[in-house]
Amino acid sequence: MTTPSRYWREIPQRYRLEANKCKNCEITFFPPRLICPQCKNRELEPIKLAETGKILTYTVIRVPPHQFVDQAPYAVGIIELDDGVKITAQVVDCDFEDLKIGQRVRIEFRKIFQEGESGILCYGYKFVPE
Amino acid sequence: MREVAVIGVGMTKWGELWKKSLRTIFVETALLAMDDAGVDRIDSMYVGSMSSGLFVGQEHIASMLADYLGQSPVPSARVETACASGGLALRLGFMEVASGMSDVVLVSGVEKMTDVSGYEATYALGSAADQEYEGYHGITFPGLYALIARAHMEKYGTTREQLALVAVKNHCNGSKNPLAQFPFEITVDSVLNSVLVADPLRILDCSPITDGAAAAIICPAEMVRKMNKPVIKIIGSGHATDTIALSSRKDITWLEATYQAAKQAYAMADKKPEDINLIEVHDCFTIAEICVLEALGVVKRGEGGKAAEDEITFLEGKIPVNTSGGLKAKGHPVGATGVAQTVEIVKQLRGEAGERQVKDARIGMAQNMGGSGGSTLVHIFERE
Repeated sequence: MTTPSRYWREIPQRYRLEANKCKNCEITFFPPRLICPQCKNRELEPIKLAETGKILTYTVIRVPPHQFVDQAPYAVGIIELDDGVKITAQVVDCDFEDLKIGQRVRIEFRKIFQEGESGILCYGYKFVPE
Repeated sequence: MREVAVIGVGMTKWGELWKKSLRTIFVETALLAMDDAGVDRIDSMYVGSMSSGLFVGQEHIASMLADYLGQSPVPSARVETACASGGLALRLGFMEVASGMSDVVLVSGVEKMTDVSGYEATYALGSAADQEYEGYHGITFPGLYALIARAHMEKYGTTREQLALVAVKNHCNGSKNPLAQFPFEITVDSVLNSVLVADPLRILDCSPITDGAAAAIICPAEMVRKMNKPVIKIIGSGHATDTIALSSRKDITWLEATYQAAKQAYAMADKKPEDINLIEVHDCFTIAEICVLEALGVVKRGEGGKAAEDEITFLEGKIPVNTSGGLKAKGHPVGATGVAQTVEIVKQLRGEAGERQVKDARIGMAQNMGGSGGSTLVHIFERE
């Protein structure tokens, strides 16, 4: 269901990890927000996400959505980055048995999936063990 | 605010209903509720449906269903909060009757999920998560709840067997519900040996894909008293939201929307968790029931797993949970689930639940949740 405009407009986040930060309470948001849900402040400044963090929780997807059929099984985790932001992404280049909560990981730029034979190649971030 | 009561309920057998269309499933069910209530017309109606567009390619079902129910031109609205759509239909109907706007309102839910392939159904359900920041990375709904389960096990020592016991209990209850999709018992071993879907969750931790509908007729309590019927009042209603993305939450194991919605419902009803005789909760996955019981205040934070192990949530336990079989055994036609919980509570409070009847049930609660917990509706019912 990815159209060029829908894909293109998320590039700052998926390729360059652009987030923003509330100038008042200093919480970082990814994706960026227009209003801080904590203090309702509307002044937020751009910031780039930290590129390292640790696994908070993870799973191994065995029954995938159709775009991911050729990748299954694959691990997905929620990673807490060193700047406090939590994001969901695949954890790759590791054996599933070695995955554990608290494990250090870093972001790498990878292909995520492709839209069929002739569709868009979709890129973004994945995590690999440090 | 006027006192509001449920005067009629309807539900047909759930399952893979290949011979029946969305409109047929809906109308059969709504007519049962109208017959049960003893009414032949309604003032307005609400239909909970998560994704008729993706499941059958049909939007604008509110008008279609009012028409086929023979009720046009009454106002009819489809409402959506993912898997909590049915609970939302009940709340909006409750508000409409309580306010005095309408007297007889049909609240209902319907989902026809087997007209598409498994992949397409997975996609449709996945649209209740954050498509750009969760779905894009290959996470599925079982996957999101697996992330919650793993975190809960790590933080509180919840065990794989405790998760399995939730499914075993709900199937045991479901075996006593003739309308359930899977009315049979299962064992802990069968859960633990079933195929992995998203570690640590296995197929028997997951609610199924289901076709089905549920309906209720609500009206002023005074009207029910005059008709000399059992008065099952809606005494509390709560509705709250949380972040759509699981990762954005402060604590991944905590369902804040459920906590907030329950707080509202308890306050309106002037009841505490210990006043409740039975609960229907949104066990879309076994871990969900565990986290919901904590957020409802039925057990302490972190002790949801023990509730099934100590059998306090079993039919004969201190606080029976999911006497209908829950989403796990009864089935989960997403938009219909919240209203089906009402059907079960009303049957229990009227003493019409047959083999699964909870003795002397007077106060019941229903918790209906959307997505990975981003929406929750909680309702409390009391027999007068």
